[in-house]
Amino acid sequence: MSAPVEYILHLADNAVVLGQRNAEWCGHGPILEEDIAMGNVSLDYIGQARLLYQLAAARLGGDATEDKLAYFRDDTQFRNYTLLELPHNGPLVGYAVSNRDYATTITRNFLYGALMVLVWEALEKSPDADLAAIAAKSLKEARYHLHHAADWLVRFGDGTDESHQRAQAAVDHLFAYTEEFWTPSAAEEAAVASGAGVDVRSLRAAWDAIVNDTLTEATLVRPEVRGYITEGKQGRHSEHLSYLLGEMQGLARAHPGATW
Amino acid sequence: MSSVVAQVWATLEPLTDPEIPVVTLRELGILRDVTETAEGVEVVITPTYTGCPAMGQIEDDVKACLTQAGIAARVVTRLAPAWTTDWMSDEAKEKLRAYGIAPPHTTRPAVSVVKFMRHRPAPEAVACPRCGSTHTAVSSQFGSTACKALYKCLDCQEPFDYFKPY
Repeated sequence: MSAPVEYILHLADNAVVLGQRNAEWCGHGPILEEDIAMGNVSLDYIGQARLLYQLAAARLGGDATEDKLAYFRDDTQFRNYTLLELPHNGPLVGYAVSNRDYATTITRNFLYGALMVLVWEALEKSPDADLAAIAAKSLKEARYHLHHAADWLVRFGDGTDESHQRAQAAVDHLFAYTEEFWTPSAAEEAAVASGAGVDVRSLRAAWDAIVNDTLTEATLVRPEVRGYITEGKQGRHSEHLSYLLGEMQGLARAHPGATW
Repeated sequence: MSSVVAQVWATLEPLTDPEIPVVTLRELGILRDVTETAEGVEVVITPTYTGCPAMGQIEDDVKACLTQAGIAARVVTRLAPAWTTDWMSDEAKEKLRAYGIAPPHTTRPAVSVVKFMRHRPAPEAVACPRCGSTHTAVSSQFGSTACKALYKCLDCQEPFDYFKPY
């Protein structure tokens, strides 16, 4: 039983886009330890993306390679959640001060990290043995990611007035994007039908429990969410993905096949 | 064990981790298996962290070492079962400690993530590799490499790495 390639690409694109985004903190972290932490988290995500792209390339056959999938597909071919491509801008950040807000980074890592621990836990038992092997490895890393993000979210939320205000603003800003998790895409439905995927809707109660518990501990309020549900995983993205890919893919496209 | 398999194990024995040169690839559990197949000898390695940049170097080291010894063998990367720090021998852990890295605790039994977050485990008492005190504190859950956390000793004041259970 094999998971459809489109589903593997959805998982891979999520990992590579957030890995690329978080790597923007490299050399710019708010404190040295967090600069290093974010570099390590990004490295894990890019490592997971590589394993998934390698699997997708092997299943596609022909001249498909992990590099072609990462560097030579256009923005509308990417299947990542919109949440993951957004810049690190919190709504409270002024242009003159900084264009990166660590509360936004941590909140996103927390909301997505809580989902991925559940997704990998389920996929570890997938009858698709290759996907299950990647899931088992990724789960170990995802637990550290979630732990790290949850610790910082509590520190920010239950910290100073300034850190609380910025953490709440980030939660208010990002929460609506998590609605996308719970609306299955065609690729996710095909994965469930194949028996190799996981029905995301079955993970929602556990995700709510993790998120609500942590927000309570952080003295933060979960906002009401309504309105438009983003569709990044179906290839309809915000403008931000194109800029992110422009930076990530530029070198590979300017010098195709280059090695060093 | 056939003589050629034994020869491959012996040939690869001196290879150490590029980042932690006091422990061998075998002791770390990266070098998993050597088998004789119909197509020749196969050496199986497994990655530690998915993004660990040392993995490429390790594969190159294994290949170069085999070539130098005149052994024709294929090097295969296998993901399952997933690498765990529990495979590290007591001897390897002692080498880490002597090198200044606190060795990993045994991994905790997997619990559901909801329980894991509700009862977030108290930070483990990690002994300072310099003075042995367990009066230590986490500085950062991510250290100089993916596999390590950064700690400091509150008694002798030494900052040190802790090899995280994985």
